[in-house]
Amino acid sequence: MKRSRFPVLVTAAVLLFFYAPIVVLVINSFNASRFGGSWEGFTLKWYEKLWNNDDIWSALWTSLGLATLASLTAMVLGTLAAFALHRFQSRLQKIHLGTLTVPLVMPDILMGISLLLFFVALGVPTGFTTIWIAHVTFCLSYVTMVVLGRLQDFDFTLVDAARDLGAGRWQTLRRVVLPLLAPGIIAGGLLAFTLSIDDFVITFFVQGPGTTTLTLRVYSMMKVSQNMPVINALATILLALTFAVVTLSFKLTRKQTAP
Amino acid sequence: MSAAKNIPSRRAEWLLTLPSLGWLAVFFVAPALIVFLLAFKTADATGGVSAGWTLDNLRALADPQYRPILWRTFWISGTTTLICLVIALPVSFAMARAAPRWRNFLLLLIIIPFWTNFLIRVFAWKTLLQSDGLVSQLLDATRLFDESPTLLYNSGAVLLIMVYTQLPFAILPLYAAAERFDFTLMDAARDLGASGFRAFRSVFIPGISRGLGAAALIVFVATIGMYVVPDIVGGTDSEMIGNKIAQRAQGDRNLPLASALAAALLFCVLLLLILCSSAFRRSEKLDNALKGELQA
Repeated sequence: MKRSRFPVLVTAAVLLFFYAPIVVLVINSFNASRFGGSWEGFTLKWYEKLWNNDDIWSALWTSLGLATLASLTAMVLGTLAAFALHRFQSRLQKIHLGTLTVPLVMPDILMGISLLLFFVALGVPTGFTTIWIAHVTFCLSYVTMVVLGRLQDFDFTLVDAARDLGAGRWQTLRRVVLPLLAPGIIAGGLLAFTLSIDDFVITFFVQGPGTTTLTLRVYSMMKVSQNMPVINALATILLALTFAVVTLSFKLTRKQTAP
Repeated sequence: MSAAKNIPSRRAEWLLTLPSLGWLAVFFVAPALIVFLLAFKTADATGGVSAGWTLDNLRALADPQYRPILWRTFWISGTTTLICLVIALPVSFAMARAAPRWRNFLLLLIIIPFWTNFLIRVFAWKTLLQSDGLVSQLLDATRLFDESPTLLYNSGAVLLIMVYTQLPFAILPLYAAAERFDFTLMDAARDLGASGFRAFRSVFIPGISRGLGAAALIVFVATIGMYVVPDIVGGTDSEMIGNKIAQRAQGDRNLPLASALAAALLFCVLLLLILCSSAFRRSEKLDNALKGELQA
């Protein structure tokens, strides 16, 4: 029986559709042409301009600090939540799981506007702290799901073994449970870190004067200064960095699955 | 377990649950409720919210300024969802039928482009579609048009880039369903004389209907709340409800009106989630009942 080639052709076309804009963007970051319509020779001057752009540097440091704080907070809250969901089966955990699932499908704009309205209603001035709160809120569910996934493969007889050998609760947690779960928790944290660095919409709503993250800076460059080639250069570097982070988290999660 | 052990375990459960549940109750559930509440308030001159109550904001939703936008939001999202499903179906089919070592590689190939920042991906398209961009040049080379068409700042551009950003979210759940699909059923249909397309339509598509439902829900909910795409590549005649929320909130700072628009959107999203989860539960129950029947 002859199999139709159609699905395979569609798949190839989709991959081309996915990669073409990104490949063009990376190529244009080395293109001497300002508008990227045609190739006018190789240059590194956009990278040089990027290097000398103080606004981008300060936005980068803000984003990195924010992502570190937000992902650490989400790691602690998410790990506790995953333990609760895994160990207990009660009505409370059903509500808990439901509350953790809805943020995963909630459109960004709703989370952004609702948090803005919340802060305004309480009279809280927007700024670094409100962005941090917003980022923890949308990262928390992702971290919980990643750690919960790891917990499902976790061998709890190891806990009993440690307790039988005389280890206390705290000692078991610190010496047995946490080291074994560390790859999962770190993978969740890395996911939260990239989500935080990547977010624009929610940050846009809860931003305040004096705190500009990298995506907010990129957005204003796109809207106002139209400084396209520098954004291409920045995008290329970010792509390389994201690639490195995701590869690392892949390695961390895979290590334990292989026996 | 003895009663004496049960009490600390109950306390342990609360200790583990409270941090995350408390955080979400305060920063997710309460803000969502406030959206509904502030929709009945009026704006004051300083961009805050004044004390009185009003129905004006809800009336404004029926206003000629907003009605077409609500309508447009639905048709753009609906069309995006449909296009994504139509493209994702053959892709997930091809992926599920590929050799196992190819599958994970293809999956990775689908995901990698989406490691780039969302804003930057939309921006990359803007560069491609601008008047002297690569796509215009390619179109000119085909000589199909006397005058090169405007590719940016219209609903077509919004639709194209919406599909670009949402397609993986349609492919992934469909692939997950297709991977579990029993392809010998299709061979059986072909043996019984069905054409390839007929087998695809009457056996494969019903077989992965739950994945189809999940994909449609994910894409539709994400697109009705879209803001960045129409903002960057759309024009004034392709604005969606997300643009209006952002304009009212961060532009002219009319928070109660932004709140009313957000309340309308939130209402739609919650309604969809409730409808879909009950549909899923019903189809699962039906499945279990059928399984029980077969075993008996």
